[in-house]
Amino acid sequence: MAGSNPNAKPMDLTLKVWRQKDRNSPGQMVTYPLKGISPDMSFLEMLDVLNEDLLRKGEEPIAFDHDCREGICGMCSLFINGRAHGPERGTTTCQLHMRHFSHGETITIEPWRAAAFPVHKDLIVDRSAFDRIQQAGGYVSVNTGGVPDANEIPIPKSIADKAFDAATCIGCGACVAACKNASAMLFVSAKVSQLAMLPQGKTERKTRAENMVAQMDIEGFGACTNTGACAAECPVGISLENIAMLNREYMGAKLTSENVAS
Amino acid sequence: MILDSKIPEGPLAEKWEKHKFDMKLVNPANKRKYDIIVVGTGLAGASAAATFGELGYNVKAFCFQDSPRRAHSIAAQGGINAAKNYQNDGDSVFRLFYDTIKGGDYRAREANVYRLAQVSVNIIDQCVAQGVPFAREYGGLLANRSFGGAQVSRTFYARGQTGQQLLLGAYSAMNRQIAYGKVKMYPRTEMLDLVTIDGQARGIVVRNLITGQIESHSAHAVVLATGGYGNVFFLSTNAMGSNATAAWRAHKKGALFANPCFTQIHPTCIPVSGEYQSKLTLMSESLRNDGRVWVPKTVETAERLRKGEISVNDIAEADRDYYLERKYPAFGNLVPRDVASRNAKLVCDEGRGVGSTGLAVYLDFADAIKRDGQPAIAAKYGNLFEMYAKITDENPYERPMRIYPAVHYTMGGLWVDYNLMTNIPGLYAAGEANFSDHGANRLGASALMQGLADGYFVLPYTIGDYLARLPYDKVSVDHPAFKEAEQAVIAKNNQLLAINGTRTVDDFHKALGQIMWDYCGMARNAEGLTFAKQEIRKLRDEFWRDVKVTGVNEELNQTLEKANRVADFLELGELMVDDALNRSESCGGHFREESQTPENEALRDDENYTYVAAWEFTGVGNEPVLHKEELKFENVKLTQRSYK
Repeated sequence: MAGSNPNAKPMDLTLKVWRQKDRNSPGQMVTYPLKGISPDMSFLEMLDVLNEDLLRKGEEPIAFDHDCREGICGMCSLFINGRAHGPERGTTTCQLHMRHFSHGETITIEPWRAAAFPVHKDLIVDRSAFDRIQQAGGYVSVNTGGVPDANEIPIPKSIADKAFDAATCIGCGACVAACKNASAMLFVSAKVSQLAMLPQGKTERKTRAENMVAQMDIEGFGACTNTGACAAECPVGISLENIAMLNREYMGAKLTSENVAS
Repeated sequence: MILDSKIPEGPLAEKWEKHKFDMKLVNPANKRKYDIIVVGTGLAGASAAATFGELGYNVKAFCFQDSPRRAHSIAAQGGINAAKNYQNDGDSVFRLFYDTIKGGDYRAREANVYRLAQVSVNIIDQCVAQGVPFAREYGGLLANRSFGGAQVSRTFYARGQTGQQLLLGAYSAMNRQIAYGKVKMYPRTEMLDLVTIDGQARGIVVRNLITGQIESHSAHAVVLATGGYGNVFFLSTNAMGSNATAAWRAHKKGALFANPCFTQIHPTCIPVSGEYQSKLTLMSESLRNDGRVWVPKTVETAERLRKGEISVNDIAEADRDYYLERKYPAFGNLVPRDVASRNAKLVCDEGRGVGSTGLAVYLDFADAIKRDGQPAIAAKYGNLFEMYAKITDENPYERPMRIYPAVHYTMGGLWVDYNLMTNIPGLYAAGEANFSDHGANRLGASALMQGLADGYFVLPYTIGDYLARLPYDKVSVDHPAFKEAEQAVIAKNNQLLAINGTRTVDDFHKALGQIMWDYCGMARNAEGLTFAKQEIRKLRDEFWRDVKVTGVNEELNQTLEKANRVADFLELGELMVDDALNRSESCGGHFREESQTPENEALRDDENYTYVAAWEFTGVGNEPVLHKEELKFENVKLTQRSYK
């Protein structure tokens, strides 16, 4: 069965894949030859094919994270040929198709590399640091019920649209993987800017910026040196402007801190 | 067993208000003495866990993903309905209620659906307060659109990513409670059994997906918000990990499973491209507002097209069949999901399908582009067109999209009463995991509404009524019931690992999916269903003889995870077939070929089937027992749906 392009020729590839038993074992690159890959396959479907082959031979399949395969859940996370989510811009690994590779090519596949993202197994890393940063302040403190009617909080469309752009971060971690310092600034800034721009988030904007940045540092992410690699590799186009905004928010908060408890 | 839906007395519009007053309350200082387990962190689970935490209960929340933010609610595109009537176009709580009951083909409970419409307005307020960036008009107020053929504009949306924004809102509310220590989050942890003591749900057994450790957690109540079971079909728009294991294992512990055959097959998905296909991608149904659906008029033209002898743009206007516009002049391309899906199957079965597989129809924007200009179409659908191009390598501005129906949502689920409690005291089911609000067919933009209604505004009230009657005593996980459940889970995992057969888990899953799609898909008949039942049984036997699961339990083992899920799908699939066989009427997503009008439209049988079919488990391979909950309609008149 051919796909949309009946003339697309199957490809032969060589994969070099990072294999690591668990967090405490050393890992290594392992080579797998692969034949007859359809250009219409997604990258993860190509790995499915390899894993089915490995299973039939009684070998351990390659562990990798994936879930929605629609580019929105943020679970997939491969470092392909030295690029987070592979060669296509604005694309998660699950939305990357094999037509962007060529017959005979060697493809290297590694996990995200960052001290704050330890490897669980093969290509799967632990991104729980991201959740802890969100827990440090990525919210508006309202309980369920007792809130005003939705239209009592008018928000200019331009602001709402900008907040939305920041809010589309999928939390995949490509920004950290792409950064030479493994900084999480783009991820943190997306949430801080979203809520700083909206009237609902203004009350807590200072403590939020301070606490989220503090947690980011505790988790061991590196410093931001404004190279912009993060935004260039972000699959959903989170803008570097957010980092500028985070810096403003953070400086302002530090100068007039409301973090009275600390 | 008598199924008591516990619907409160009184006029429809006053039931929920009255019930809220009649329910017992837990004193604020005593709430901390109760523990609640929430399984699943999508819209229903995350909103429930956050709200329980805010109220003061101790919550343990579980998800199999690496973060609660990745639950599949995140992928919902279109929007969320609410009866705000901000557009002054005639919407009301009663109209949303009426549309939902009718859209569900009169197979849902009036009282539940009315409550859903009532609390829909609170959901929008809540989400906005959390900072969810809904679409807005230039005046700064919220924007709405009409969705899924609704005659009023009641759908709130955040571009094509409404589910993502709503889920991140609920996730942020839950994060706040995690920070306060009121919610303890267990990611990468999968529920593998329910534990009942003296007939009450008292905890769960889980597997830590990193270490493989089997652990027990006890509580005063357990909420399953674990989503739907569309992945029975292997190919669906669900996430790869979406599964029925928690719900199914609760079913095996006594919870009734209601209307399992009610599956929603969404008409506009990107067609299958090859054997390697792992999932199907939905294209928002908003595309049907401007796209025209067609196939070639003759089989000959379709054949030449499939062989590549002619191209789609060579086909003259006169040789195209815009079959939805032809058959349903009033609704045209905007007929409901079930009608659009069934008709796509019909024309493909006739041999008029397109694409190399012949399992696709065209969705053509040429006329819309001519009328409104490409920039206007790009502004509306740009991101969808881009996604389509990315996957298929075809430009939908230049040639029509190819689409085909795919499994998208399951209306069936665990049977629950008005309080969202299953027939097992202390076990609740919320969101897609329960059966309660969508009847036989769910309307667009209603799933998000139901998930958040259950979690933010229903469960926080009803669970208190149950807990208020319980003593504070906690059950130790050393209780024999926990030990027994743990042993059973370990034994099952060991059994799967020991088979060491020749076929992979995916192999079995694909085979099951094919059976379900062919015989329990868009159209069903008694003969096919009877055959399917035998085939599923054979496949299940073979699975337990010949599946190959590598590795060990004590590690991150994705093959073992899948094997457990597919083992359950192989049982649930049979129940879906049983249910479809029992319901020899056509209604909503369930089209029985034996029950159609002379014009081949679905024919409902209200006299014999105005009931919820709730099934009781009696052992694998044994016939399940059917319990019927009669549906009473006191506020709407049952009519045959017609879109002619």
